Amino acid sequence: MQYACLIYDPVDSPPPSPEEKQQVFGEYMKFSEDVQKAGVIRGGAPLQPTDTATTVRVRKGERLTTDGPFAETKEWLAGFYLLECNNLDEALAWAAKIPGAKYGSIEVRPLLDIPGM
Amino acid sequence: MEASRSGRSWTFPACEIGDAAIEESFRRDAGRAIASLSRALRDLDRAEDAVQEAYLLALERWPRDGVPAQPSAWIYATARNRAIDRIRREQRGAEKHETLARLEAIGEASSNDDGAIPDDRLSLIFACCHPSLNLDARVALTLRSLCGLTTEEIADAFLVPHATMAQRLVRAKRKIRDAAIPFAVPEGSGLPERLDDVCTVIYLIFNQGYASTSGAQIVRDDLCLEAIRLARTLAALAPREPEVLALLALVLLAHARHKARADALGGIISLEVQNRSLWDRDAISEGLQLLQRAASYGRDGQFLLQAALAAEHARAADWASTDWRRIVALYDGLLGLAPSAVTALNRAAALAMVDGPEAGLTAVERAGQDGELDEYYPYHASRGELLRRLGRTYEAAASFRAALALSKNEAQQRFFEDKIATL
Repeated sequence: MQYACLIYDPVDSPPPSPEEKQQVFGEYMKFSEDVQKAGVIRGGAPLQPTDTATTVRVRKGERLTTDGPFAETKEWLAGFYLLECNNLDEALAWAAKIPGAKYGSIEVRPLLDIPGM
Repeated sequence: MEASRSGRSWTFPACEIGDAAIEESFRRDAGRAIASLSRALRDLDRAEDAVQEAYLLALERWPRDGVPAQPSAWIYATARNRAIDRIRREQRGAEKHETLARLEAIGEASSNDDGAIPDDRLSLIFACCHPSLNLDARVALTLRSLCGLTTEEIADAFLVPHATMAQRLVRAKRKIRDAAIPFAVPEGSGLPERLDDVCTVIYLIFNQGYASTSGAQIVRDDLCLEAIRLARTLAALAPREPEVLALLALVLLAHARHKARADALGGIISLEVQNRSLWDRDAISEGLQLLQRAASYGRDGQFLLQAALAAEHARAADWASTDWRRIVALYDGLLGLAPSAVTALNRAAALAMVDGPEAGLTAVERAGQDGELDEYYPYHASRGELLRRLGRTYEAAASFRAALALSKNEAQQRFFEDKIATL
């Protein structure tokens, strides 16, 4: 079964120093390597902060574009991993190892499996 | 007799018919069969359906052909065959192949050998008490899957509408299936935490029966007995886990007082004035032995300390000769593990027995200083009692009136009315 591990970082945390940035980057590199070696990774990507976001809606055939994210929240989606695991416990064990789990939250969601899609 | 869609109520059919052999088998075997099948099916709903169908068939066959030599093996094999039939009809491709392989792998229980039935109840308990389910759902699922209570019985015990409870169970079972919550005993470092979750659910079930002040008496006693049965199963399956042993000790020691706890009107009689000759001495001695075993591991846990508290009361000849100093120390231990205003209040009440009402009152008021106990009648009752002993009659009356207003039980209300009248 595939699980999306959605990485949420707190919005109001102070900006990291260059050293901290380097350290977090290193931790993510290490985690990505580990899931690669274990053969469980199916995808994933880091995302730019929400101030780079643009939101699009189509209503009555008309396109509406607004600046900013869909919703202002205290935590923002900073990236995700797509992992292939046997069950939720395995997925949770990997999620706990994602560096962001230490200061933000990881939401683990099973992918909806639609045959033919 | 096609299995209906998930979510419909699942009442044991023999309840109406009263076939003793089937009912006995249901109590003894259903949980085990559901546990084993849900593990292979990875779907609690389908497992329940298969076991229910087996019992419906038993209802038809057993009165006609006689009770099989090994009823549990008969139920298990029949339910497994029903599950296989259904998977053949409903699943496709790789999924179907894998599910059938797992059903094959759990083996066909020989109809002559009850020992061949695997005991997967521990796996099922861990699935039902998984931390990804909300606490209410964990309690309900456990009662339903492992204890065989009906949706209606669980709803009545927790004072929620039947439809709400049915919804809660459907959602929880769906989540187990869709998020692939494993039917397995957790391995490695995660085990103690998950065992703790299971113990908490069993303790909540017990407490709902023990402490509730409304609802039918029968249902409440049933919940206590189910919790004891679950704790026993857990202790048999995990005999070297001190917190599990302590949990069983705790529920046995607490339940040992049940005959002395209720008055003729079903009101709760407080420990102080209980007739201790009504306590169940066998349950107490079993509880004390279990506690000793649990304590031999030398690790303090929440249930170990709570069981030790219950044991102090169980050992004491009466209220006055209770070892209150030791009780204060045990509450200190509990507060160290998990600070709570209610625990602090209980400690304060014990402290009053050691150091007198003045010290007790100071501690009681400190426990309630954050306002957390404002709506908790035992806080006002303790405060009132200590004020009374200090001769501060006017304040004592105000506290007893607050306790009276907050208590929902008639016997307790009478108790506080008497207190106020005799000040």
